[in-house]
Amino acid sequence: MAAALAQVQQRTGRFVLDGLAAVGRFAALIVEIGRGLAEPKVWLPRTFAEAHNIGIGSLFIVLLISAFAGGVTALQAGYQFTGNIPIYVVGAIVTQSIVLELGPVLVGLILAGRIGARYAAELGTMRVTEQIDALESLGRSPASHLLLPKVLACLLMIPVLVVFADVVALLSGWFAAKQALPITDQDFAYGARVFWRPFDAYYSIIKAAFFALTIGLVSCYYGYMTRFGAAGVGRSTTGAVVSSSVLILLLDLVLAKLLLVP
Amino acid sequence: MIKVRDVHKRFGVNAVLDGVTLDVQDGETLALLGPSGTGKSVLLKTIIGLIRPDQGDIDVDGQHVTSLDRDALARLRRRIGYVFQNGALFDSDNVFENIRLGLTDPAEFADGDFARQRVAECLSLVNLQAAVAEKMPAELSGGMRKRVGIARAIAGRPKYVLYDEPTSGLDPVNSDIIDGLIRRLNDELGVTGIMVTHDVRGAFRTAHRIALLTGGRVVAEGTPDEFRSSSNPEVRAFLERDFDLAPLETGTSA
Repeated sequence: MAAALAQVQQRTGRFVLDGLAAVGRFAALIVEIGRGLAEPKVWLPRTFAEAHNIGIGSLFIVLLISAFAGGVTALQAGYQFTGNIPIYVVGAIVTQSIVLELGPVLVGLILAGRIGARYAAELGTMRVTEQIDALESLGRSPASHLLLPKVLACLLMIPVLVVFADVVALLSGWFAAKQALPITDQDFAYGARVFWRPFDAYYSIIKAAFFALTIGLVSCYYGYMTRFGAAGVGRSTTGAVVSSSVLILLLDLVLAKLLLVP
Repeated sequence: MIKVRDVHKRFGVNAVLDGVTLDVQDGETLALLGPSGTGKSVLLKTIIGLIRPDQGDIDVDGQHVTSLDRDALARLRRRIGYVFQNGALFDSDNVFENIRLGLTDPAEFADGDFARQRVAECLSLVNLQAAVAEKMPAELSGGMRKRVGIARAIAGRPKYVLYDEPTSGLDPVNSDIIDGLIRRLNDELGVTGIMVTHDVRGAFRTAHRIALLTGGRVVAEGTPDEFRSSSNPEVRAFLERDFDLAPLETGTSA
């Protein structure tokens, strides 16, 4: 019994120490990425190239999923709000749920998979094939050459993709509502306007920026810290996607509490 | 001059380097021989600061690698070329960009004309045609990747070049090309080299001095002639294992 207890204590202690070490490494990596800002000639062109890659590359899947999400939201709102509730409420529900929640969170989760996996796998492969060591051996900073462009590209493109997603989801929601429900354009537009506050749009973009930073930093961390060959790259990729997704959901809650609830 | 003094490095319970002491004089090529897993590559990485030793000192031209700050270490690395075992070419860049990244002087790197000229020079030095510059690393053979890795390492005209298994996995013809190249870099450009290798034949042909690393320590050091005539049992065991073609034990009986 005492031996089992000691083992539990030992494992708990190791888990806590490993966790603290990971937090320390993550913080050190953020500092390193910050230092990379001193070399704009290096990171600026690479940032644009990365932004182009992830922006264009992600546009189709983001628009497709947001179109479906908008349509489904409108149909479900119509299904739930029947009877004495005025039909224009559908416009309000669709607008608010897309801009405040579905747009940024859905896009965040999709891109955590798409971009997060790509960055973690790319950096992890570079690590295990000594390409990152090679960069350092040339007196060059992996932060300004590899990490900072990826984080900045996320920060630059993900909010833009969220705006596209919001607009497409709204249009598809409007279209779906008109096809399936007895709602006019005027009703939908009235509903969309009646609860609308300009801050809602800012909130969507603020959330997108936080999610972008999360995806960029977490995937770079997992990729950069990869060890132990191909299996390690696989672990890093999975870790990056899972951790980014969980942190996005956690941030969603925290930001709602901080920015929406007085 | 590179001075390695009592360097220790442990990974978990495994003591890889256990008090390595070694000097490399300017202008010479030192071959570091030893069985697999004795820390030869780890020693090279500690010299360039990619791995931090647990104990001991590494002095490169009077600079103590273990106590340099980030910027000073980056400046020192610009004077040391490193040839990685598998080339470690940046696989999303073509050969031109790979070698261009070896131009460690920011002004030279930014000057497109100079970069093109220097990349062509480096390709010529490693006996590769200029057209190779446009290829991606995935399109190159093993020998070509090694040579591009060497071209990248020498592009910035380093004083030192550290070669990690430059001929491993190559056929004898390509091994000879690489050995000849290392010798030429030393003879023509005065590059000081440390070459980690299992290839005893190549080491004897290329190096001015040879050191044998076993059990995390340098157990023997000397010129190729001194090595050949050494009575040190570990040197004898290593050399005889390489040159004698004893029948293999297959574990089956007729």
